[in-house]
Amino acid sequence: MNAVDLLSRALRAPDAAHALSMSEWDLLLRQAHHAGLTSRLHHGLRQAGCADAIPAPARWHFEAADTLAARQQVAVRWEIEQVKKALGGAGIPLLLLKGAAYVAAGLPAAQGRLFNDLDILVPREALDAAESALMLAGWHATGLSAYDQRYYRRWMHEIPPLQHVQRATVIDVHHAILPDTARCHPDPARLRAQAVAVPDLPGVRVLCATDRILHSAAHLFHDGELPHGLRDLSDLDLLLRDAAREADFWPRLVARAAELELERSLFHALRYVRYFLATPVPDGVDAALARAAPARPVQTLLDAIFTRALAPMHPSCEDRLTPAARLAAYVRAHWLRMPPRLLLPHLFHKAFLATDTRETKAA
Amino acid sequence: MKLLQLSPAELRRQLAGPGVWLRTGPFSVRVQARIPHVAEGLAQLYGQFEVRSPHEAFADFHVSLDRPRSVRRWLRPQVNFAVDGVPPFKPLPLDQAFPMLEWGLNWCVSTRAHQYLIIHAGVVEKNGRAAILPAPPGSGKSTLTAALMLSGWRLLSDELTLIDRRTGLVHPLPRPVSLKNQSIGIIRAFSSEAFINRESRDTVKGTVAHLRPLRDSVRRQHEAARPGWVIFPRWQAGATASLIPRSKAQTFMFLAENAFNYSHLGADGFRVGSALIDQAACYDFEYGVLDDAVAQFERLAAEGVA
Repeated sequence: MNAVDLLSRALRAPDAAHALSMSEWDLLLRQAHHAGLTSRLHHGLRQAGCADAIPAPARWHFEAADTLAARQQVAVRWEIEQVKKALGGAGIPLLLLKGAAYVAAGLPAAQGRLFNDLDILVPREALDAAESALMLAGWHATGLSAYDQRYYRRWMHEIPPLQHVQRATVIDVHHAILPDTARCHPDPARLRAQAVAVPDLPGVRVLCATDRILHSAAHLFHDGELPHGLRDLSDLDLLLRDAAREADFWPRLVARAAELELERSLFHALRYVRYFLATPVPDGVDAALARAAPARPVQTLLDAIFTRALAPMHPSCEDRLTPAARLAAYVRAHWLRMPPRLLLPHLFHKAFLATDTRETKAA
Repeated sequence: MKLLQLSPAELRRQLAGPGVWLRTGPFSVRVQARIPHVAEGLAQLYGQFEVRSPHEAFADFHVSLDRPRSVRRWLRPQVNFAVDGVPPFKPLPLDQAFPMLEWGLNWCVSTRAHQYLIIHAGVVEKNGRAAILPAPPGSGKSTLTAALMLSGWRLLSDELTLIDRRTGLVHPLPRPVSLKNQSIGIIRAFSSEAFINRESRDTVKGTVAHLRPLRDSVRRQHEAARPGWVIFPRWQAGATASLIPRSKAQTFMFLAENAFNYSHLGADGFRVGSALIDQAACYDFEYGVLDDAVAQFERLAAEGVA
């Protein structure tokens, strides 16, 4: 199906890099660039002791990507300090999500990662105070249409993205990890209760290991557009491999998924992270998640969708059905995020009334 | 093999099919285009550049120029530039296809090639030393770069000064020199050796045409040079050519602000930038007549050798 998905092959089996031809390196670099995974791939190759397999003409691409990734990490650390200061003044604790959390906690999932924005979680009752505090520090609501503003504030689990007036950095302020209208409701209070402090950054907390993984999974399988699908899967792969070093990790993960109503998301995440990246998952886990598995014909359909929609966004990884698969993933995500009486008018608006929907954040 | 060895038909065939593989400085580019002006521009200006089989396995950048499929195709035809399928810019009028290829290639290098500190500056070389000419648009930087190339200096680049982060040397990226408005006529009049291609009018920069790099500059496109001078040219009607020493600190600040990727490089950008400034003499340079300017540069180049 993804006959020439060289990227996920190189990520899951770096040793195979030694056997790549020059034209395969050419294609691999193009896929990695489109997927935003060049620096992470480099990291994987180095860690497996395969960096010497990179042919001379390809080397600078990896080094340049490392330069950008390293610079972004420094910038993210600096933004974290700024956000911490802004929220600290208002007495709101800082809880980082996703990429920023991986950087703050020094997790392997931070390696070679590129950033679009900084995500934070605040209690719903502190949302207004957080927005005011961030506005005072220079972050303002971006130029979304009135429809999008209303949509975010009324139905979403986050307020519209805030952009800094000088640095143009973007913060997504969440009060939950899924929209209020979604089919399942992971309780944000439970997530906050088990959040952990970051040793080197006083005043900064991140979700605990199981919750980071469940959030990443929930996000991936509820987000309409998947421009970074493989990058997000690679985050999951690194998070899982890292967390699995603790002995009782897998049973805890499954139990926590049940508590947070995220068993289905975890089931999908484990299925596709293995498909693309061969992440080791112990045998018992599938059985423990069996009741979250969809019926076989549904599974077949979902496989057809996600093995395409999560592949690198490069023409060489696409087949005839890829556009349909991406559309199906988009519609499915919205289906899970809101009931039909909201979904149909929303999709109608997005399809026929909204302009530049791609420029705004996937709503 | 050189691009001029491809017959016009073969060049068009490769452009329309697998693409033309060509090398410019440290980079290899695969260009695909079904637009006659692009084939014409390449044939006229890139003749001395190395090409390989269209099936060469590896290229740093895969770029294409296409006419968008829309009604405009018939009304006001446009051209789209894409890097591996992704267009970084909005389409332009079809007449600007060749300048768009040049701007697009500059974009590829300046957004990707972070193994260099990339300064927005023209750069030429004589006796192993490079004169870096950074300046705001409209200061006559490209005109002076072009005149120096046509007077025996080696063209390293008219837009992108690549400073190798490991060695501090300037790496050549000799490509056609972009000339705007009056500069086109001035350079035509300056030297009978100047070959300038067709003009594209009404671009964002006014009328634009490109000057073919001389054979020697292209032949030596892998020969790096030591930074010798940083000179800020300013054309002023009636001014006598004069070099005025300039503060190194100020020069550094200007270079940092006018580098495409200074902020991406972090502390290393500072290190590379200050090493550059340490070994280069810094001047402001005012001139009114191109011949006087070239003579002044000759004296400068001779000083170091003696």
